[in-house]
Amino acid sequence: MATTIKREQTFEKLFSGITFSAAFLILVIIASIFISLFRESLMAIDSFGFFGFVSSTAWDPVREQFGAATTLYGTLVTTILALVVAVPVSLGIAIFITELCPKFLKPIVSTAIELLAAIPSIIYGMWGLFTFAPLMSDCVEPLLQKIFEPIPLFGQLFTGVPLGIDILTTSIILSIMITPFIASIVRDTFALTPVQLKESAYGIGATRWEVIKDVMIPYSKTGIFGSVIIAMGRALGETMAVAFVLGNKHAIATSLFDASATITVTLANEFTEADSDLYLSSLFYLALILLGMNFLLLAVAKMFLARRDK
Amino acid sequence: MNLMSEIGKRKAVNLLSLSLACAAAGLGLFWLIFILADVLRHGIAYITPELFLSEAAPPGMEEGGLKHAFIGQLLITLFAVLIGIPLGILGGTWLAEYGRHHKLGRFISTLSDIMISVPSIVIGTFVYAVFVKPLGHFSGFAGALALAIIMIPVVLRTTEEMMGLVPWEIREAAFALGAPYYKVILQVVYRGAATGIFTGILLAIARIAGETAPLLFTSFNNMFLTTNMNEPMPSLTVTIYQYAMGPYDDWHEMAWAASFVITVFILGLTILGRLIIRWKYKN
Repeated sequence: MATTIKREQTFEKLFSGITFSAAFLILVIIASIFISLFRESLMAIDSFGFFGFVSSTAWDPVREQFGAATTLYGTLVTTILALVVAVPVSLGIAIFITELCPKFLKPIVSTAIELLAAIPSIIYGMWGLFTFAPLMSDCVEPLLQKIFEPIPLFGQLFTGVPLGIDILTTSIILSIMITPFIASIVRDTFALTPVQLKESAYGIGATRWEVIKDVMIPYSKTGIFGSVIIAMGRALGETMAVAFVLGNKHAIATSLFDASATITVTLANEFTEADSDLYLSSLFYLALILLGMNFLLLAVAKMFLARRDK
Repeated sequence: MNLMSEIGKRKAVNLLSLSLACAAAGLGLFWLIFILADVLRHGIAYITPELFLSEAAPPGMEEGGLKHAFIGQLLITLFAVLIGIPLGILGGTWLAEYGRHHKLGRFISTLSDIMISVPSIVIGTFVYAVFVKPLGHFSGFAGALALAIIMIPVVLRTTEEMMGLVPWEIREAAFALGAPYYKVILQVVYRGAATGIFTGILLAIARIAGETAPLLFTSFNNMFLTTNMNEPMPSLTVTIYQYAMGPYDDWHEMAWAASFVITVFILGLTILGRLIIRWKYKN
């Protein structure tokens, strides 16, 4: 009897030890990602510093001059444009699902929107390169150019030859990819609005839109912020879809019809071709900056969503 | 009279906004159908037996296939699953049981959520730094490792959530019979959470099956059939990227066919996973 109990205790310790090590592994992996990327970037950090690196527009493998400004610019511009398109559309989708959709259609529409997130990014890339980009360059972009180019200043955004492989196409594809993330979190947040609040608003004669605008959206603010930041993290780190349609050009673009480059695309295209140590180290530095931005954004988003759930 | 027009205006704004919301939902569905129909239309025409049965032909030659890429993809995914799933389930077990009210447990749980969103290409650069560079060559193992790292937090979080759904009273009933905690977990909690964990595994496989970026500089690519995990290994996704960017028409056709296969596989798994969840947790 005593030996059985002792054996059970050993097993118990063993099992809890094994499961604990597996959980602890997450911390180990995250720490080693940061440490190893930092160690690999040391050479570039020594050569260019931090502010020197992020403010320099140079990207010249031959003369070994590297800076992150062009890729950071490309990353941020495509991400922000994608958000500008995706946020209103996703809010609309969430409103449709929670307020307007007939009950039997709800799960179907929800699943369909979430399937957009399940399509792998390489498929978005294929579709973008062979179907969407030609469509943009043949029909959409010439039309936009005709309408907007004559407007002073604003027209600058629509100059250049519309080839379809550019910032506008990329941002639209990114916006499709991040829409399901915002839509599903906002939908869940909307559902948390107390019915009493909504009914009081209806009771004093508010229309359905006024209830959404003045009760549900203010009530869901933190959830909406959280979802937008998560979507931003997604867009920053998206690689393959962007690699197909952005053109990988290291320059500060001034028109929506210019090719550009993001951190992820630069990594994907140049990592295996980097022929000098400093070149490779600069690429690792880019990866480290991307990881840092992403981690920070996600931590903020988690904070917002935790506040929502309280 | 003034009042009436005020009400009319509010009603008009209401109608307009709600119609825009409907339009937004329509737009979302439109993109989904547009993309899927496009992949279907392009891909299905090039699905031939040769695609699965023959290896790559020299560029420009007809009659090549993607057998090497299919086998490479299967092997890389298989090894990733072998590494990632046990670790994810065990870690999730600690979070849901022993670490349930532990501060460290909550912290690890939050960090895994963040890790799920780390760009997959960053994981690729990490594996390159710690595995490919020291060994001096690309390998199938490195690719599997990268995919496993992506998979672990996904499996871990679903396991934690699904085990958390098993009512505490069931554990207490087992404790009352004198069972030690590990037996309660192995024989009672796992049984209750099995369907949920299984679904989590399906969704995690669906997630890594379409990954390209982390394979670019880990398993790299290869035009030949290999089953040696220690060599550079072709995968379906990297092959799609290479073929789509290449100049030959038959490469594009094969890239479409491969895209079709991968899309059907991933959407199938995702929908299956959702149906299982709906069926299991309906009540």
